[in-house]
Amino acid sequence: MTEPVPAGGQAVAPPYRLHAHPPEVSAARARKFGSWYYAEHVLRAMNSYRWTLLASSVGTPVMYLFAMGVGLATLVDRNAAGALGGVSYLAFIAPALLASATIMTAATEFTYPVMDGFKWRRVYYGPHASPLGTHQIVDGHVLAITARLTATTVVYFLIVALFGAAPSATGIAVIPVAVLSGLAFGLPLLAYSASIEEDKGQFALVMRFVVTPLFLFSGTFFPLDTLPVFLRWIGWISPLWHGTELGRALTYGHHVPLWLAAVHVLFLVVLAVVGLRRARSVYARRLGA
Amino acid sequence: MPTTPPAPPVISAHRLSKHYGDFRAVDGISFDVPAGESFGLLGPNGAGKSTTMRMIGGVSQRTSGQLTIMGLDPQEHGPEVRAHLGVVPQQDNLDEELRVRDNLLVYGRYFGLPMSYLRPKADELLEFAQLTDKAGAKVDALSGGMKRRLTIARSLINEPRILLLDEPTTGLDPQARHILWDRLFRLKESGVTLILTTHYMDEAEQLCDRLVVVDKGRIMAEGAPAQLIREHSTREVLELRFGSERNTTVAGELQGIGERLEPLPDRVLIYARDGEAALEQVVSRGLRPLTSLVRRSSLEDVFLRLTGRSLVD
Repeated sequence: MTEPVPAGGQAVAPPYRLHAHPPEVSAARARKFGSWYYAEHVLRAMNSYRWTLLASSVGTPVMYLFAMGVGLATLVDRNAAGALGGVSYLAFIAPALLASATIMTAATEFTYPVMDGFKWRRVYYGPHASPLGTHQIVDGHVLAITARLTATTVVYFLIVALFGAAPSATGIAVIPVAVLSGLAFGLPLLAYSASIEEDKGQFALVMRFVVTPLFLFSGTFFPLDTLPVFLRWIGWISPLWHGTELGRALTYGHHVPLWLAAVHVLFLVVLAVVGLRRARSVYARRLGA
Repeated sequence: MPTTPPAPPVISAHRLSKHYGDFRAVDGISFDVPAGESFGLLGPNGAGKSTTMRMIGGVSQRTSGQLTIMGLDPQEHGPEVRAHLGVVPQQDNLDEELRVRDNLLVYGRYFGLPMSYLRPKADELLEFAQLTDKAGAKVDALSGGMKRRLTIARSLINEPRILLLDEPTTGLDPQARHILWDRLFRLKESGVTLILTTHYMDEAEQLCDRLVVVDKGRIMAEGAPAQLIREHSTREVLELRFGSERNTTVAGELQGIGERLEPLPDRVLIYARDGEAALEQVVSRGLRPLTSLVRRSSLEDVFLRLTGRSLVD
């Protein structure tokens, strides 16, 4: 671009005209910031379909909030006033819808792109040959998806606020809680996805038999204690229920004793940490074979 | 800087092995590569070439033996070793969600290189790879040869002094291969150490100063291409075809002609210093081959001699 291209390709100089910093500097920087470098890569790749992402992060909440929080809510509020602890149905389901949207996004981001990295387009093997370590590829991937989950959740929260469904001043704190729920579900799933050698439709099964039941039975649309006892365990093991309970406490003052709030947070953190550690070891084993 | 004392090898392998369970993918190979040399590993598929490359590249752990790159053990100093290298893997792993130029930028970031260096560098490398007019294109839209050149450009983003090329031209058409060889030759001229694996003898002859012939994880021979041919083969080869039925049966009647006889299912090879003279002898014995060809010995013949098998099956 700066110089005319010589005719015939004959006069093209050997390629080293600029000077990179020495390898020692590359290695030191990669050791320190490698995860961020890989995150940067993933975010740049996401940037190429940013309009799709934006449309779905705006479209999803608007659709759900209208259908459930406006349509269904008029029925519920008329017939079951008081059953939800004195709040409108819209306020009741908004934090649950928000957390479930984050979890669904995490479910997509921690499945197919992982298969793409190991197998379909082998995207992981490029950075693997660079100074980056395998744990940094995992961490970078997770960082980038955390950024994506945060952005999606922020948009969702703004729309929830526009609907007037987050009356409490502490409402904004539902954003990190939802992101944490997304990671609590997503990171163990990441470890599982990384262990899959061949796609035989496992991801579709995960969506159908894990994500969907969690979405329906985690106290999302009705309080968990309206379920028969033998089904409540689904909520107890579900990151969505723990995240939703915390979210309700934050957005409209739903009563959660402090010890229980601590249990909710701890449950989510433990799932996320265990998932990440497991994922790191699967990545190391698979890339370093 | 003094130039007289012999430079220490940039890569040194001693009894290097890699086992997968009972399978010995690499079985005790030793070699040294001095700076600036173009060093080849020649062998058939499954010989252990790629496994060796992955160990040199610091991405695969060895089972036993010693290995140093720039004096560093890749198992202890992975990031430092990989920071010295440019790697062109056997299978392209470009990010197809990114545009051509962005693939270079993103890769350069892995080395912590700043954008102020990477932007002009990416343009320079695209020019070198003859991809300037594809800078904004999607990777999907590139031909096989172009993808390969982009992968090579990507491997040069950190200005490595050592470039690892695993089967750089496999699957490309002849014209694309020649363009690639030209680019690699320029790198060699600029002093970059090239380590390449190939199962193409012409590639090895064109690009390698020195090579090892590898089979079943072991080194069968080592030397410059011309030297290997001199040591393990004759100057010329006479190739005769008698038709697939008769090649082996007729071999008995050819005994004594040339220095060595190699009956293959599809042809008979006669190794001789003078191929034409050998052909005259064949004709004088009353044998009428369907086709005959006199050619120079190649690395293919060396391989056949050393392993009893041909290189490309």
